[in-house]
Amino acid sequence: MVSVGSADRYLPDTVQQAVKILVVGAFGVGKTTLVGSVSEIEPLRTEEVMTEASVGVDELAGLEGKTTTTVAMDFGRVTLSSRLVMYLFGTPGQRRFWDLWEGLAEGALGVLVLIDTRRLEDSFDVLEQLEIRGLPFAVAINQFPDSELYSEEELRGALDLLPETPIVTCDARQRTSSVDALITLVQHVSGMGAARAAGAAS
Amino acid sequence: MSGSGAGFTNGALRPYVITKGRSRPSRNTIGVETLLVAADPPRALPLSATREEIALVRMCSQLLSLVEAAAHLQLPVSLVKVLASDLVDSGHLTARSGVPRAAQPDKQLLQEVLDGLRRLR
Ligand SMILES: Nc1nc2c(ncn2[C@@H]2O[C@H](COP(=O)(O)OP(=O)(O)O)[C@@H](O)[C@H]2O)c(=O)[nH]1
Ligand SMILES: [Mg+2]
Repeated sequence: MVSVGSADRYLPDTVQQAVKILVVGAFGVGKTTLVGSVSEIEPLRTEEVMTEASVGVDELAGLEGKTTTTVAMDFGRVTLSSRLVMYLFGTPGQRRFWDLWEGLAEGALGVLVLIDTRRLEDSFDVLEQLEIRGLPFAVAINQFPDSELYSEEELRGALDLLPETPIVTCDARQRTSSVDALITLVQHVSGMGAARAAGAAS
Repeated sequence: MSGSGAGFTNGALRPYVITKGRSRPSRNTIGVETLLVAADPPRALPLSATREEIALVRMCSQLLSLVEAAAHLQLPVSLVKVLASDLVDSGHLTARSGVPRAAQPDKQLLQEVLDGLRRLR
């Protein structure tokens, strides 16, 4: 049943551990683009069925007559060393989607929040959820051709970010830029661990 | 139209049936990123095995993550979690875990991730 050309879908047997990072943000912000620019495999997609009860009214707009809808999640993979692989999951940030992908965030190293400054308000729900759940995150601002330029101060204020939350600009279409945003996130997570350890020791 | 009860729709019913009536995996250590591989030497599946179980074990002839297996098989992740969990319990699949649930990733692991990401630039 394994089709031709599927041999390279597998990981080397030396890989022992998998880590994951979530890439969240509103529709059209560049999640799929970022996952695709970093992934070593053609990004894959899985779908889950969402029932009427768990879908907000706005999500049903344009889906008249349907009681269920499928929500897609894109993901990609990067082999980081002979023993370690990383998965990147691009998923819409609203609460109902987090519930749908139950357990997705559990065990994640952290979350990269993609933000389009033309629609800042779309990210409020996501940021609130991350804070409630205590998940470490960094903010990446995707620059679109018609985006206004804001200073970091303005953006921090508008998004109500804590001073320690990293904020970077990113072009999700560029691998290096996307990788840099991920590096910023992992450095932040690493620093948080160090701060916790120092706190515990004192 | 769905009634007010559990809210199961036709779309949600089928996975429920092929997991023999359970909708939760028996162990909570299985995540989307859990790496799966068929037992070596392979163990024959019982005659009662479902088509989906057979397909999953075949898909895992070599190492890959649960979510990749689900995507290639075009099955919902929630279903594959339940199947994989049973197949690990029965010794047909082995699992290599990610970061332990509810534990902080250690410094050494984060450094390994950073080194790996820097090599990608
Ligand atoms: N200028 C610019 N365009 C981008 C960027 N990221 C994504 N796009 C474009 O925005 C559109 C939506 O991106 P997509 O990745 O599908 O968004 P998603 O809904 O979050 O997955 C696509 O046409 C992308 O080419 C970016 O960083 N800069
Ligand atoms: Mg997308």
